[in-house]
Amino acid sequence: MSSLGKGIAPSTTGHPMVKAEGVHKSFGLAHILKGIDLEVNPREVFCLIGPSGSGKSTFLRCINHLEKISAGRLHVDGELVGYRQKGDKLYELKESEVAAQRRNIGMVFQRFNLFPHMTALENVMEAPVQVRRESKAVARERAERLLDRVGLGDRKGHYPAQLSGGQQQRVAIARALAMEPKLMLFDEPTSALDPELVGEVLDVMRDLAEDGMTMIVVTHEMGFAREVGDSLVFMDDGVVVEAGHPRDVLTNPQHDRTKSFLSKVL
Amino acid sequence: MTDTVDKTPAPTVPPEQIKAIPVRHYGRWVAGAAVIAILVLIGIAFSNAKINYGVIPDYLTDGTILSGVWHTLYISVLAMVLGLVLGVILAVMRMSSNPVTSTVAWFYVWFFRGTPVLVQLLLWYNISLVFPILNLGFYKDEMNQVMTPFLAALLGLGLNEAAYMSEIVRAGIQSVDEGQTEASHALGMTQGKTLRRVVLPQAMRVIVPPTGNEFINMLKTSSLAYAVQFNELIKRATDISSTSLAVVEMFFVASIWYLILTTVFSIAQYYIERRYARGSSRNLPPTPLQRLRKNLRLFGSFRRPEVAR
Repeated sequence: MSSLGKGIAPSTTGHPMVKAEGVHKSFGLAHILKGIDLEVNPREVFCLIGPSGSGKSTFLRCINHLEKISAGRLHVDGELVGYRQKGDKLYELKESEVAAQRRNIGMVFQRFNLFPHMTALENVMEAPVQVRRESKAVARERAERLLDRVGLGDRKGHYPAQLSGGQQQRVAIARALAMEPKLMLFDEPTSALDPELVGEVLDVMRDLAEDGMTMIVVTHEMGFAREVGDSLVFMDDGVVVEAGHPRDVLTNPQHDRTKSFLSKVL
Repeated sequence: MTDTVDKTPAPTVPPEQIKAIPVRHYGRWVAGAAVIAILVLIGIAFSNAKINYGVIPDYLTDGTILSGVWHTLYISVLAMVLGLVLGVILAVMRMSSNPVTSTVAWFYVWFFRGTPVLVQLLLWYNISLVFPILNLGFYKDEMNQVMTPFLAALLGLGLNEAAYMSEIVRAGIQSVDEGQTEASHALGMTQGKTLRRVVLPQAMRVIVPPTGNEFINMLKTSSLAYAVQFNELIKRATDISSTSLAVVEMFFVASIWYLILTTVFSIAQYYIERRYARGSSRNLPPTPLQRLRKNLRLFGSFRRPEVAR
C-alpha cells in the first residue's frame, strides 16, 4: 500500500517501540495500574481490550505522558518517557522536552477533540506549522495529501461541526499523521460513533497497519482486533490478565475473567 | 428493490387545508392598550414639564460637548484596553499552580471589585497623600504633577475594570473542553502555544459578549471621572449648565450622546461575536443587513408570482 504512513521510520536499533516495566498509576487513593509489563515491537498492531475502568485508557495516556506514572519505567523507542535518568536519580523533563517527545507519538481520541475553530485542513496543518515550524505551503501540501488519503479530499474547508463523527475521526487521524509519528495511539477511536460510521474509520486504521505503522489500539472492536491485530492484551483491574495472538486469546481464552468478558462482548 | 413503501401510489388529490377560527387573545389587546396609554401619559408629562427642549439640538453639536464626547470615548477605550490586558494577566495568574501568584490575583479581584469605583478614582487622584514624591530612579517628580485628571481616571477605571475582566477571561478559559488541551499537548504543542492557538480562540466566544457589556458599561461609568476633574461628557455638560442654567437640558444632551455611543458599539459587538462564532454552529445566521437585502429581493419577485407557472 502507498503513502499513508510514508514518514514511518523503521526502528533499526532492534529495541521495542514501547517497553513498560512494572508501571503503576494512582489517582489519589485510586490505584488504577498495578504493575504493567509489556513490549510493543515496531510495525506491530497491539490491541488492548478489557472492561471499562480496567486501566487500558490510562495506560495509553501514560505512553505520551498525558498522565505521569507513579512507579516503574516506561520507554518509547528506547527513551524514558517524561524523565531523564542520571545515575540512580530521575529528573523530570522540562515542558519543552516532554513536548518534543510527544511529537513522535500520534494520538487519536475517543471524542475526536478536533479544534472546532479551524477547518479540517487547518486542523491537519496546525501542528507541523506551529511545532515543526514548517512553511505553510509544505504543510498544506501534506495535509491535502493526508485528507485525500482518508477519503476527505472534498471536505478540506469544512469545520468539524459540519462533518459527521466518522469524518471527524478520520480528520483526527490525518492530523496525528501530519507529524509523521513513529507510534500511533488509538483511544477507543470508534466508541463515540454511530454503528454505520465505524467501518470507515476502521478501514483507515487497517490501511495504516498495512503500511507498517506501529499502533497501540484500545478498542471494543473484537473483529478489528482479530483481523488486524498482531498481539492482544486483556486487562482487568489494572493488571494484564492475558496476552497473546488475538486469534488465540479471542477464540481460546485461558482465564475465567477473560472468558466471562468475551462471552459478553462477542 | 425490496422497498415496498415507495410503491404505494402517492395521493393525487392534495389534502384539504384546515380552515379553523383561531383562538382570540383578548388579554393581549387589553395589555397592549394599557402599555400604550401609560407611554402616552409619560410623554405628555415630559412635554408639559418646565424643560426647554428647544435648546437641546443646539447644544448637541456644541464644541464643548463634542470635546466631552471625545474625552469620554478615549478614556473608555484606554481604560478598557488596560483592563483587558491586566485582566488576562490576572486570570492566568489566578489559574497558575504557583500559590503566591494565584493568591495575589484573588486578593486583587477581591479588593478592586469590592470597593466603589468612585473611591478608587478619588484615591488615585489624591495618591500624593500617600506618596508625595514619585521616584522611579530614572524619573523623579512631585506626585501632584504626575497624577493628572487623565491619569487618575485611567488608573481608577482601568484597574477596576481589570478585576471584572479577569473573572470573565477565567470563565472563558475554563469553558474550553479539556480534550482540546490534551489534543494540543499530544501533538507536541507547549503550554503557551496551546493557550494562544487552541484555548484562547475558543474562549473568545465566551469572553466577547460580556466584554461588550463591560465596554458599554464603561462608556457610562467613565462619567464618574467627573469627580477627578477629567473633562468627559458629564463634566462638560455641567460646565455649560453652570453658566446657562439649563441643567436638565444639558443632561438630556449628554444622554443622547451616550445613547449614540452605546448604539454604535452594540452594532460593532454583534459583528465581533459573529467573527468568533466560526465553527461553533453549522451555518451562521445572516446579518440584519443580509436579511434586509434578501427580503428586498423576495419582495421584488412577489410582484409576479404567477409568471413562473
